[in-house]
Amino acid sequence: MIEFLKTPAGFAILTLVQALSLLVPLLILVAYLTYAERKVLGAMQLRKGPNVVGPFGLFQPFADAIKMLMKETIIPTGANRALFIMAPMLTFSLAMIAWAVIPVNDGWAIADINVGVLYLFAISSLGVYGIIIAGWASNSKYPFMGALRSAAQMVSYEVSMGFVMVTVLLCVGSLNLNDIVTAQTRLWFAVPLFPMFVIFFISTLAETNRSPFDLPEGESEIVAGFFVEYSSMSFALFFLGEYANMILMAAMTTILFLGGWLAPFGIAPFTWLPGPLWFFLKICAVLFVFLWVRATFPRYRYDQLMRLGWKVFLPFSLFYLVLVAGVLLAFGWLPNA
Amino acid sequence: MIAALAFYLFAAILLVSAVMVVTARNPVHAVLFLILAFFNASALFLLAGAEFLAMILVIVYVGAVAVLFLFVVMMLDVNFSQLREGFQRYAPIGAAVGLVLLVELALVLGGWKFAPGAASLRMAPIDPAVDNTRQLGQLLYTDYVLLFQAAGLVLLVAMIGAIVLTLRDRQTSRHQVIARQVARHPHETLVMMEVKTGAGVAELGILRPPVDEPEPAGDAHESHGHGGGH
Repeated sequence: MIEFLKTPAGFAILTLVQALSLLVPLLILVAYLTYAERKVLGAMQLRKGPNVVGPFGLFQPFADAIKMLMKETIIPTGANRALFIMAPMLTFSLAMIAWAVIPVNDGWAIADINVGVLYLFAISSLGVYGIIIAGWASNSKYPFMGALRSAAQMVSYEVSMGFVMVTVLLCVGSLNLNDIVTAQTRLWFAVPLFPMFVIFFISTLAETNRSPFDLPEGESEIVAGFFVEYSSMSFALFFLGEYANMILMAAMTTILFLGGWLAPFGIAPFTWLPGPLWFFLKICAVLFVFLWVRATFPRYRYDQLMRLGWKVFLPFSLFYLVLVAGVLLAFGWLPNA
Repeated sequence: MIAALAFYLFAAILLVSAVMVVTARNPVHAVLFLILAFFNASALFLLAGAEFLAMILVIVYVGAVAVLFLFVVMMLDVNFSQLREGFQRYAPIGAAVGLVLLVELALVLGGWKFAPGAASLRMAPIDPAVDNTRQLGQLLYTDYVLLFQAAGLVLLVAMIGAIVLTLRDRQTSRHQVIARQVARHPHETLVMMEVKTGAGVAELGILRPPVDEPEPAGDAHESHGHGGGH
């Protein structure tokens, strides 16, 4: 059996099984994130949320999925057919392939590569293509506006996100995600790098087009933004991709700042739980804040969004990067020095 | 064997998409093919073991530069018949530029033939124990830090030049001064009035806005710009 797994065919099968064992729970998590969002928003707005399908409305996501599947796929006559169909697939698959490098436990990543952080950053910066292609291929005004908004927004917030990542990398001395988590054994980076943690979290909100930065969708201004013309499964793919992206960003926040799979403080009652469970719980905590923010803040105006990205986050993260580098150098705390 | 197959696959897609960049009729399709070409180039980097370069290629070119390309191309209203009109006129110039590039490429590749020393430089020894991210950092930030900084300065000058050329401070646009908004108190802008029932509001002058404080001298042109122009 072990011999077989070392042959190319065995390796392919092993990778397939690994991918499935990561993606199936991920998709179930996506389904229940939509449920959690409606429940949490309901609780915060003194409503009940979904409570009809199944006990406590627990089968609601599946009812929604079946509804989506049954509907007719409509492709507008003026649309660019190939790109119109490609865009949601792109969004969805980009949200999935990023998970290849996420370590769920010590060494539990499908691909434990040396440039893991760069890979994640590269994939998350590609997310904009699904949206911009959808907006253009729809050949319609509102989607196009949404696509333009989204392109400008995501490019802007990527810059400060990059600086935050570089700051973390300075403290770790490696681009490997596994090393980043193990470097936080004694102290999570959320504590010494707290301002960067906040900036990173807000940037992930902007990067995933979540409220209060959901201008690309902005239903009160541009109907539903880039997916106005989408229906049925193509819409469902966008929906899945967006929520999978949220989970991915929460996982990134967990790995970079909240110590990944490590138990808090590394002491007895906490260490009884296995690492992947801690990883899952931390992701859930970050996702809850995503939902909480949505229930709390009104949408930003576009100029405010741009001002926040370029005039506040960018100078501040640059300053903090130089500060952290200086402190590390002055006290001789640089890793691998 | 698999690596060789992957190489030929990526190289073939790279070449085909590079040809499509020039021949595609729709400019948006051309940019998308350019992105595909970038992707395959980065895959080739990966096959060559240069994982840092591969990722940086995707982050910088696909994630940022090509987005802006696409952004601009989508908003342009390109008139194709007009574009083709100029073809006859500019064809000789284009051909000349292409020829110069071809000769340069031939010289670079032929250099290994003419100068035997160059071939050994091409195979500069790299330490297999050190990963290539570290090696690149060593080269850029330690060995050639002066050249690197000089290149950065050139880019900075180019950036400032671009901003200076395109920035116009339109006197008609109304800017939002956040500090002033935050510094204002309700009692400066709000007046509580007692209105008698049925007396109406017109005679009392309630609808007249309270007298504004004098504007700071610097932005006198935006007399009521507190809310921003939106």
